[in-house]
Amino acid sequence: MKTLLSSFALAFALAAGTASAKDVELLNVSYDPTREFYAEVNTAFAAQWKQQTGETLKIRASHGGSGKQARSVIDGLEADVVTLALAADIDAIASNGKLLPANWQTRLPHQSSPYTSTIVFLVRKGNPKGVRDWGDLVKPGVAVITPNPKTSGGARWNYLAAWAWASQQYRDGGKVVDYLTRLFKNVPVLDTGARGSTTTFVERGIGDVLLAWENEALLTLNDPATRGKFEIVVPSLSIKAEPPVAWVDKNVAKHGTRKQAEAYLRFLYTPEGQRLAAKHGYRPAEPDKVPAAELARFPQVKQVTIDNAFGGWKKTQAEHFADGGFFDRIYQPK
Amino acid sequence: MSTLALPSLPAARGRRPLPGFGLSLGLGLAWLSLVVLLPLAALAVRAAGLGLDGWLRAVQDPRVQASLKLSFGAALLAAALASLAGALVAWVLVRYRFPGRRLLDALVDLPFALPTAVAGIALTAIYSANGWMGRWLEPAGLKIAYAPAGIVIALVFIGLPFAVRTVQPVLEALGREQEEAAASLGASRLTTLRRVILPELLPALLTGFSLAFARGLGEYGSVIFIAGNLPYKTEIAPLLITIRLEEYDYNGAIAIAALLLAASFLCLLAINAIPSLFAHERREQRHDA
Repeated sequence: MKTLLSSFALAFALAAGTASAKDVELLNVSYDPTREFYAEVNTAFAAQWKQQTGETLKIRASHGGSGKQARSVIDGLEADVVTLALAADIDAIASNGKLLPANWQTRLPHQSSPYTSTIVFLVRKGNPKGVRDWGDLVKPGVAVITPNPKTSGGARWNYLAAWAWASQQYRDGGKVVDYLTRLFKNVPVLDTGARGSTTTFVERGIGDVLLAWENEALLTLNDPATRGKFEIVVPSLSIKAEPPVAWVDKNVAKHGTRKQAEAYLRFLYTPEGQRLAAKHGYRPAEPDKVPAAELARFPQVKQVTIDNAFGGWKKTQAEHFADGGFFDRIYQPK
Repeated sequence: MSTLALPSLPAARGRRPLPGFGLSLGLGLAWLSLVVLLPLAALAVRAAGLGLDGWLRAVQDPRVQASLKLSFGAALLAAALASLAGALVAWVLVRYRFPGRRLLDALVDLPFALPTAVAGIALTAIYSANGWMGRWLEPAGLKIAYAPAGIVIALVFIGLPFAVRTVQPVLEALGREQEEAAASLGASRLTTLRRVILPELLPALLTGFSLAFARGLGEYGSVIFIAGNLPYKTEIAPLLITIRLEEYDYNGAIAIAALLLAASFLCLLAINAIPSLFAHERREQRHDA
């Protein structure tokens, strides 16, 4: 018994010893499709940090639906940094969990979004239904695949992109709601997340158009298993999807990792971070830091932003996606 | 069956393998409270915090009602189908000897072991328009994936082990003697099934049914992949709970959860009351005879 206890004590001392030898851990709580991107960022940043400070950084990443991830952080998952699909989710951490200040979005350049994306259409090779723009999505016989904006952060950008186009097209609130109602009538399956919708469209062969983030669409296009089966259609107007990043003040204070967490996020704005973002299909927030050849895959798109077209996430969340908001009205039985 | 009293072993008399009734009971109740009662009580307390107003709003929301209707309907239908299929599987496993029987017996528990999301993805792959079965069924006008039928199939899949495993031991204990006695008295196969076997099986069947029903009602993982999740059409109540949580509307989620809990508790109570009613009826029949 005594030997058992002492060996436990020894193991504990060893573990504590190695931990104190400048071994720092960071937890990045992110959303689903950033898995491969952050895997590369983490290696690159840890190497750079080691070179600059001699400190060994271990960066762990957690991925899942953006809203679900935000709730985990509110409920006590001790994330040092969060890199989520939309500002509303980090706002929720600020307001429901009081883990970071309400003005978190002003602390880093470009409203804390080091990379952006936009919503495009993924159609089957040859575009058999002739889908060119948002107006084509409400034609009879066109099946549109998008996840549920209630359960998927990404899907909110899809919905808002459609809304932005319709408000420019119709300039009449009733007609805009009518357009979205008809659009969602053409949705045969409402998956809970973006990856689920991609599976429905790509693997199950359901639907004619997938509303997708550009980086996800590029991923599907380059996937050897599906290469040559799909093409991207860029609509006349889309939305600038801005997935933001932030360090979580309460948690970094507790872990003593404030310095590392901030450097980690600032690394995303460096030429190396920007180049990695472009490599993984995200549009760099500072494109002049990236070789022009690597930007060629991103076509020019007219984009509105959540701030100038919708008055920010807080307002949008309450008006469109809260219980009884516009999205609920779209699904109201007549 | 119960007429045969077991000879009691002298060593077993008065001695129990567990120490002290008081201690066993105390620990047992403590565990039950910790694992089951405490979380349920927390849910009830939080639901009570909503007030009658919040409750009524949750109940009256047409979308909540539609999803509850779907969840209860699909779970009831699936439990019935699983009971039928489960009884048949149990019968085959108990009464017939054939190569691969052991394997089949082990297979029955597979839906327990499988993460339900995997089951959902597999079923969707099979029944969607370009799947193995879907490509034949859908042109024939049978839409299964992304329709209520798909929900029922997923629920039958996860409910089947309950139906088999509750009936199996009863069938094993039943033996053939009673059937042979019935046959020797001139009963037809159907009469034997109806008058001899079914009454013995009924409590086990109902237990399996209620377990499969309760499991199906709360099932989420396997259903959301095959359901299509369209509000008012194929949106199950557990998904609506998740949606409320995504809106950071913890109260809304709890209102639906509590409603689901209360309703399923009532259903289970009713289902469990059936065997005792039935037993009462049988006693009266015996008195008449």
